[in-house]
Amino acid sequence: MHARHIFLSAIAALVGGVLACVAASAIAAPDKIDPAADAKAFQKYFTDKFPQVKFEDFVNGPYSMNEDMRKQWEEKEQFPPYEFSLEAGKEVFATPFGNGKTYADCFPNGGLGIRQNYPYFDEKEGKVVTLELALNRCREANGEAPYSYVDDEMASLTAYMAFTSRGKPFDIKIPNDPRALQAYENGKRYFYTRRGQLNFSCATCHVQSPGERIRAEVLAPALGILNAMPIYRSEWSGMGTISRRLVTCNSQTRAVPLEPQSDEYRDLEYFLSYVSNGLPISGPGARP
Amino acid sequence: MKKLVKNLVRNLGFAAVLLAVLLLAGAMPALAASEQDYEAAFAAAAAAEKQAAWLRNEWTPTEAQLAAAKKAAAAGDFAAAITAAKEAEALAKASVFQATSESERWKDMEIR
Ligand code: HEC
Repeated sequence: MHARHIFLSAIAALVGGVLACVAASAIAAPDKIDPAADAKAFQKYFTDKFPQVKFEDFVNGPYSMNEDMRKQWEEKEQFPPYEFSLEAGKEVFATPFGNGKTYADCFPNGGLGIRQNYPYFDEKEGKVVTLELALNRCREANGEAPYSYVDDEMASLTAYMAFTSRGKPFDIKIPNDPRALQAYENGKRYFYTRRGQLNFSCATCHVQSPGERIRAEVLAPALGILNAMPIYRSEWSGMGTISRRLVTCNSQTRAVPLEPQSDEYRDLEYFLSYVSNGLPISGPGARP
Repeated sequence: MKKLVKNLVRNLGFAAVLLAVLLLAGAMPALAASEQDYEAAFAAAAAAEKQAAWLRNEWTPTEAQLAAAKKAAAAGDFAAAITAAKEAEALAKASVFQATSESERWKDMEIR
């Protein structure tokens, strides 16, 4: 009698366990990290929401959303306000470091036409490496002090490198490495997580409300949102790197921004760039 | 009868003393918006903000209230310093709550 009772209990536990496993896997299934499926859904969301916008045009941020702004912009592009920065970047890029080496020595293809491959996942380090980070690492490896991630020098360099890559579609790779998938997933989580006293996520503004005005500005769609970086902004009366833009956007929600090139921002850039795969680099950009 | 009156007076006297003590006690914290009270309030706020920092989710208004609390305390205005510190603590706790509730909720916003 006693033995039978134990036996029955064991069966019950076993059945319960199996049921729990089935339930858990049913719940866990949609959480499988599937970047390709994400990118497809992400792009479809925007092309469905804005059927009048041509696919390649999503890289033009607010201009893709607003006809009047677009006209002003096209006029402006004849004397682009980033021209100065671009020239400066070209010069700095070619100027040797104290040890005689140059930026070209740090990058594939001498650093030209490669913007579309950044950020990439470095399997040795086990982390995402952005272009801004790679530039500073190049400086440090050659005995130079790193640049501020939010100032003009970094913006000029990335402007020049983006310019040499114009028209090349984003081609971000996620290697079959669980750490790379996790970095992508972390970037995605950061993008959708609400923060700051205003309780906004990046998606609140750039997924739910692109094309809408916030104060004087028209919100850019999240699709292709990094393709035009770095950007000149009249409000900054100067250039801004990706780091500067992320810090500014975080502050707008009354969140304390993270340090530029923190793991979170690197992963965020990885996610945003990956879901824009196929869209051409258009940087440097100019904004009102 | 005489005894009764005497008793009453004595009791009233006792009640009055008791009342005075209670009033004084009630007035104490306000009177002594002391440095000590401020320090306790600030420590509580700082601890909550530390938790928010650990969750990578500090808010700028929390930082502003912490700074305001320090400034008021430095000027000797402990009442204002305590008010700011309490506000900072409430904000920090809200940001901790936000980070915690978003740990799963972010998925609701995801494009699928
Ligand atoms: C409160 C709304 C808001 C939130 C939240 C927000 N941004 Fe922005 N963002 C803006 C505004 C306003 C601009 C400037 C106008 C524009 O270009 O969209 C902007 C611009 C940008 C740009 C430059 C786009 C371009 O083409 O000029 C990028 C990149 C960007 N945001 C990324 C992000 C990321 C990533 C997050 C989350 C960390 C985020 N934003 C959160 C409001 C927001």
